[in-house]
Amino acid sequence: MEKWTKKDLLGLEELSREEIEHVLSTAESFKEVSTREIKKVPALRGKTVVNLFYEPSTRTRVSFEVAAKRLSADVINVAIETSSVKKGETLTDTGKNIEALKADIIVVRHSSSGAPAMLAESLKANVVNAGDGWHEHPTQALLDMFTLKEKIGRIQGLKVSIVGDIAHSRVARSNIWGLTKLGALVTVCAPKVLIPEGIEQMGVRVTHDIDQALKDADAVNVLRMQFERDESAAFPKQLEYFKTFGITSQRLKKLKKNIIVMHPGPINRGIEISSEVADGENSVILEQVTNGIAVRMAALFLVSNSQQE
Amino acid sequence: MSKERIILSDQDIKKILQRLAHQIVEKNINPGELVLIGIQTRGVYIAQRVQAIIKEIESQEIPLGILGITLYRDDLTTIGPNPVVKETKIGFDIKGKRVILIDDVLFTGRTVRAALDEIMDFGRPQGIELLVLVDRGHRELPIRADYVGKNMPTSKDELVEVKLKEADSLDQVTIKTKNGKVD
Repeated sequence: MEKWTKKDLLGLEELSREEIEHVLSTAESFKEVSTREIKKVPALRGKTVVNLFYEPSTRTRVSFEVAAKRLSADVINVAIETSSVKKGETLTDTGKNIEALKADIIVVRHSSSGAPAMLAESLKANVVNAGDGWHEHPTQALLDMFTLKEKIGRIQGLKVSIVGDIAHSRVARSNIWGLTKLGALVTVCAPKVLIPEGIEQMGVRVTHDIDQALKDADAVNVLRMQFERDESAAFPKQLEYFKTFGITSQRLKKLKKNIIVMHPGPINRGIEISSEVADGENSVILEQVTNGIAVRMAALFLVSNSQQE
Repeated sequence: MSKERIILSDQDIKKILQRLAHQIVEKNINPGELVLIGIQTRGVYIAQRVQAIIKEIESQEIPLGILGITLYRDDLTTIGPNPVVKETKIGFDIKGKRVILIDDVLFTGRTVRAALDEIMDFGRPQGIELLVLVDRGHRELPIRADYVGKNMPTSKDELVEVKLKEADSLDQVTIKTKNGKVD
């Protein structure tokens, strides 16, 4: 790829296969930086990165913060509880004010789908989506793909199953866009109520049988069951979910191969995944966290140096 | 319009690298202290060749590191095409070592400045020396090479192109005028 032209990273739907591959290969180079004695390069020296989080998040925010700092950027975290949003300021106004402080990159997480896109349109600053509603969480999917590529060596032709609340998951959505663009075969698996209608149109296979989903998969991405988000009766009870869809070592033992187990975190032990699997040799959950830094460094670096046409 | 002159042939390059490798060996009393670091991409290939020649002479393998200097450039925000971030891989401790930094062409000196900064982030070497295949002049920083394959006076709008078998189909160094460049 000759040129990176995207001012913002809003989702994987809008990225081409080449662009996704470019982020992944750039991240490969960045991974080495975190292994140095001095874990810092001067690539974003003098740039200011603002983490604007309208939803609680520790791991993603910290990951972006570490990534920005390893690139020598200055980082400001805007905690929403203490901000003027509580006083009624709109998202765009908040964004304009942050930009007026000469912020160069705004990393935004918001409960509304499309909020980062709205910000990106009204601001000159680069915007990176750190998760918006049920829409996308591009850097999470990129780090999932990075981890897969690192473990198996390729994405093309891989069979990847995504298990869990597909309907309300931006992680699932971004993964589906990215994986299918890179030629993986994606299966989604969940109870019927958690699979959105027409998901097949995104090019995925649907199953409601966990053993079927695991049977020929090279990797399984286990989503967090967000019981705190939906208390409705249609939602299955936690124990029942664990019995029917939980990833357990009994289930993995039936498979004759080493399946890679991923999870975007934070994990609910005993709900979507057993402790034994989460801490077991199939699990790459902590490697995902490490890789997240490299991927986010690449994302910040690329948008910051983007060349608009 | 297009004018291209061959400055170094494959035989020239071979002889030059032999000479430079011998110069290194003569100068460094203790080969245990010596490490090579090649700058991506063609500096790495030259470094690998120098490493092989030194191994023939001394029957000792000198450690070789790879340096991608993109993140240390001073022109990240002003250069045209998007920079590709190439990998850095230094698999040894450089503390107390004598580093030979290797690149294909020495021009403004800005690449070398970036490389020096990056190496320093890995530790404090005993010293750093610079080896280049071609020195074409026009320095913008106070930097000079310790081992020079060929001094080649150029004008600023000329292009010096180093081709090496590892990346290109042949070993050759050419010089051509920018406006007469043919693709």
